[in-house]
Amino acid sequence: MPKDGSVIALDGQGRPLWLVLEVTYRCPLKCVWCNNPLDFDRYSELTTEEWKGVLRQARALGSLQLGFSGGEPMLRDDVEELVEYATSLGYYTNLITSGVGLTPVRLHTLKRVGLKQIQLSLQSADRALTNELVGAKAHDLKMETAYRIKALGFPMVLNVPVVRQNIDQVERILKTAEEIGVDYLEFANIQYYNWALLNREELLPSREQILHAEAAVNEARARLGNRMTIYFVIPDYYEGRPKACMNGWGTIHLTIAPDGAALPCQEVRVIQGLEFPTVREKPLAWIWNESPLFRKFRGDDWMKEPCRGCSEKAKDFGGCRCQAFLLTGDAANCDPACSRSPHHDVIRQAIAAACDKARIRHPLIPRRAGAVAAALQEE
Amino acid sequence: MTQPADIDAAMRPELNPMFLFRWEDTQDSYVLLYPEGVVKLNPTAGEILKRCTGEATLAEVIEELKGLFVGPPGTVEQGVRKFLEVSHAKGWIRYRA
Repeated sequence: MPKDGSVIALDGQGRPLWLVLEVTYRCPLKCVWCNNPLDFDRYSELTTEEWKGVLRQARALGSLQLGFSGGEPMLRDDVEELVEYATSLGYYTNLITSGVGLTPVRLHTLKRVGLKQIQLSLQSADRALTNELVGAKAHDLKMETAYRIKALGFPMVLNVPVVRQNIDQVERILKTAEEIGVDYLEFANIQYYNWALLNREELLPSREQILHAEAAVNEARARLGNRMTIYFVIPDYYEGRPKACMNGWGTIHLTIAPDGAALPCQEVRVIQGLEFPTVREKPLAWIWNESPLFRKFRGDDWMKEPCRGCSEKAKDFGGCRCQAFLLTGDAANCDPACSRSPHHDVIRQAIAAACDKARIRHPLIPRRAGAVAAALQEE
Repeated sequence: MTQPADIDAAMRPELNPMFLFRWEDTQDSYVLLYPEGVVKLNPTAGEILKRCTGEATLAEVIEELKGLFVGPPGTVEQGVRKFLEVSHAKGWIRYRA
């Protein structure tokens, strides 16, 4: 094939090509794998004008892809205004939504002001399971919204968080996606942080389930050709290799949290001992280029063994800093999902515990204030 | 869907509306933006896609590019056709009759 262009170099000297605005942590759903902070009430959200300032500064730094995320972004009433502004600055605008709050009127307005793409989450092909996993009666609304999105001609990504409870429905979900006419179907094996980590024993699928799902996806890929692009990534717990998290710390991803904190990834607030500069205090260019936070794990000087001498360090960057912190207590350790990590046993034990047929079952804990304390009291 | 074999010089290539094609100062190049993706185009690719407006025919696009690119007889046309074939396979462009 002739050379036709290339994906922009992901070399760590780069620009924050991917900007994600978490415009709010608020959300009407209570998903059992949610990665939002537990105490989201205490974050004071940026105003519309403050968000516009972020958009201007990030464009000047070279941001191209822009995701409006949350929480549920549609809980803010200025998403339309921000999309219109972002479009005028030259961003490719993506809305990442549960569908709740995306009314027909707002959808039309978003189309008019230049929104390019919508990523809608769906948790199951059947009503009861979706509603159970998100802790609300949301399934029918999501389905209606999916058809409305396609009727307006938006390119659409259907994002399906994959867990033990829905992984055996892959064939049915593929069929649903085909009927809706989605362009990209993303089976996202969930990452085990925050609520997902709390519920891990009940959520982690077995290896057999994953292999079965992968085979179904491959069959659908062969059948559908380029009518629908299907992503399915084996969860890192089973891969033996860590994920190339965010393509490396501070290389192309920049997330702005509801309160203006600039983050190298959306999960990073789980790492204790880091200071998160906010756009209220500092210029974004300084935060991206100079701040101790963004330089902390940029490049590979911070690496310890076995990462430092590893032949794959330029490929996976030692994996995920958040997972290293949560499961080994030190964010600079090799991600324990890597089979070369001295802590890899914690992953094996987690799989064994989740797949133990004789284990004590726990009810799934939905994301809501006080849920953890309540669940502990019930035991 | 139009297959490459059916494409004749009177058809008009245009960008798939799902893709956003534009010049990007910070990359000093044309880029193609689409759901969850960014492609930085080399100058040749940029010049070709710039002309896929749905108005000019394939023959007109090739003719114009012959004036822009230098090469032995036939190579420009061959290169442009090949690039458009790949672009079509990737879903970047489509053809209007």
